[in-house]
Amino acid sequence: MNPETQKIKQKFNPLDFCAWWGRVFLKLISELGAIALFALHGFILIFTAPLQIRKIVQQVYFIGVKSVLIISLIGLFTGMVLGLQGYYTLVKFGSEGLLGAAVALSLIRELGPVLTALMVIGRAGSSMAAEIGIMRISEQIDALDTMDINPMKFLVAPRIAASIIVFPLLTALFDVIGILGGYLTGVVQLGINSGIYFNRMYDSVVLEDVTGGFYKALAFAVVVSVVCCFQGYFTHMRSGGFGAKGVSYATTSAVVISSVTVLIVDYVLTSFLL
Amino acid sequence: METLFMAEPFIQLRDIRKSFGSHLVLDGVNLSIYEGEITAIIGKSGGGKSVLLKHVIGLIKPDSGEILVRGKPLREFTRDEWREFKRSLSYMFQSNALFDSMTVYENIALPLVERGGFTRKEIDGKVHSRLEQFELIDVEDKYPSQISGGMQKRVALARALVTEPKMILFDEPTTGLDPLRKNAVLNMIAHYQKAIGFTAVVVSHDIPDIFFISNRVAIIDNKRIPFQGTPVELEQSDNEIVWEFIHGQESLQDQLTGLCSWEELERDIKKALETVEDRGAPFCLLLLQVDSLEKIREQVGYIAAQRIFQCVGMALKDAIGPGKAARCETEGVLALLPGVNRDRAAMILQEIIADCNDSRIMDPSTYPKVCVDFEIKASVKEVDRRVRFQELISQLHDELNTVMKMECRPRGGRE
Repeated sequence: MNPETQKIKQKFNPLDFCAWWGRVFLKLISELGAIALFALHGFILIFTAPLQIRKIVQQVYFIGVKSVLIISLIGLFTGMVLGLQGYYTLVKFGSEGLLGAAVALSLIRELGPVLTALMVIGRAGSSMAAEIGIMRISEQIDALDTMDINPMKFLVAPRIAASIIVFPLLTALFDVIGILGGYLTGVVQLGINSGIYFNRMYDSVVLEDVTGGFYKALAFAVVVSVVCCFQGYFTHMRSGGFGAKGVSYATTSAVVISSVTVLIVDYVLTSFLL
Repeated sequence: METLFMAEPFIQLRDIRKSFGSHLVLDGVNLSIYEGEITAIIGKSGGGKSVLLKHVIGLIKPDSGEILVRGKPLREFTRDEWREFKRSLSYMFQSNALFDSMTVYENIALPLVERGGFTRKEIDGKVHSRLEQFELIDVEDKYPSQISGGMQKRVALARALVTEPKMILFDEPTTGLDPLRKNAVLNMIAHYQKAIGFTAVVVSHDIPDIFFISNRVAIIDNKRIPFQGTPVELEQSDNEIVWEFIHGQESLQDQLTGLCSWEELERDIKKALETVEDRGAPFCLLLLQVDSLEKIREQVGYIAAQRIFQCVGMALKDAIGPGKAARCETEGVLALLPGVNRDRAAMILQEIIADCNDSRIMDPSTYPKVCVDFEIKASVKEVDRRVRFQELISQLHDELNTVMKMECRPRGGRE
């Protein structure tokens, strides 16, 4: 056997393969544990004195108010597309009158919370990770520590609190504008009766649908803020890169991990809520 | 001062070891910091000075060893004790660590605002007094990225001082500052230390300036602290590492001039003597000396004196090649000429004289305001293996003859 073949054989040693999976699994477990502790710590610090009302309001403005336009736009076009797709599907069965119900239920139960979360991840979550990451690599977090200012309380707790406040509100906005979008295509463009559109919606949507959507929004708020803050806060612990590269990795990871987690959590919650 | 040294250290680091991955940074470091004193930590870049400083404030935990505050180990501190200790400290980062999304005013006010216990008016008063003190009043509304590096340094200093801490850890407080500002910062540290009486630990590269304001100096080298003591003890120490730090500037000048260290030259002499002895070849020593170099340094200036010495060194290097000459005492250069007889050595000396005569150092107009007459003397000696090396050197000194002379014209200043 020549040395090259021997090398390849060594590369595919099943024991090494198992060890590699073991390492990955252990790392995953340890990371999940760290995130859980980080979330718990951040959550407790929201309620410890002195309450940081000013910082929370600032974050509500940044995460919430500044996202209103993008959420409205996405909500509008999502509703319009749902209206179009729904109409042409339902018309085949002669059930176009159910369009209002279809649009509203899709938005309130699923698309509203999920798309809102994904939009906020792109706009505010990435910025959370990058801002905290830069503060970490430029020793600003260490500086807070030396001033006896708890960096978790100063940076993480207000962001978690603001996300918990803002996500359900943005979801509600998304739902309302989405329903109006469906109205534009279904009623204004395709000629469904306006009364039927709203009446069917009124008949089909129950309070559990709305509260279920809000539970999801709350869960996504915690997931997004914790994952994004965690990625930024521990930028310096990453093995992939240091400095600006580390921050770039942290931001990318924050967006990818929180997006995937939102979809996983959505599935889990839907299974329980239905 | 002596009584202070006898007192219990305020902070004691005992046998601290720290490594990052496989990279060992501190290997059994012991350091004592005394209350009300300025302790300077000097050492090479990347030698672990900042890491050591971060251990004191708890930003980094040691792998082993102990940190004691007034004799009590830090690990035995209760949460309240630790908090109280931390509140009595301030840390000035090497990178300044200013909050780039906050204005200069907000940066300085932050520790006061976040710690609480002050009214808005009190905070304003304290911050403005620091802003005035550090000449930052014009930039209080600017962001750190909008001001110069020197100003950022001053903002960081102002922030470190605004809480009136009992102890301040300065991590290279003067790096990046112009000489005037650097002196001002060192002066300010010394002044406030006397006025307020805080304990200061200063990591610095400003040798010898830092010695003038320090009560104690610690040198960190090769992951340990081989010396700690007063600046006078430092100056009088025989420790090789201490010598290297104190004379670092001189060594740099010699390297720039193409001169090697005296130790290297002694090593080369032994080697050359062995080779020459085996082959029976001649071997000469050449001594060049700039007379009145100290006087030139005092009256004309440090740079002029250095230039003259550098010129002699460079001429020598051009004639015999690098690494064969070293500074001999403060005013001379000793060169080894293995395989060269006395006649050839005399020719080499003529080349050096011609080189120096062509250079601007022998031209009085180079010194427009203050000019001092000086001479360059030289002597050549063939090595006699029966005579000891030290005797050879003293014979060379005795036989020095003037080979060049620079005379100032009557208008040439003090002389």
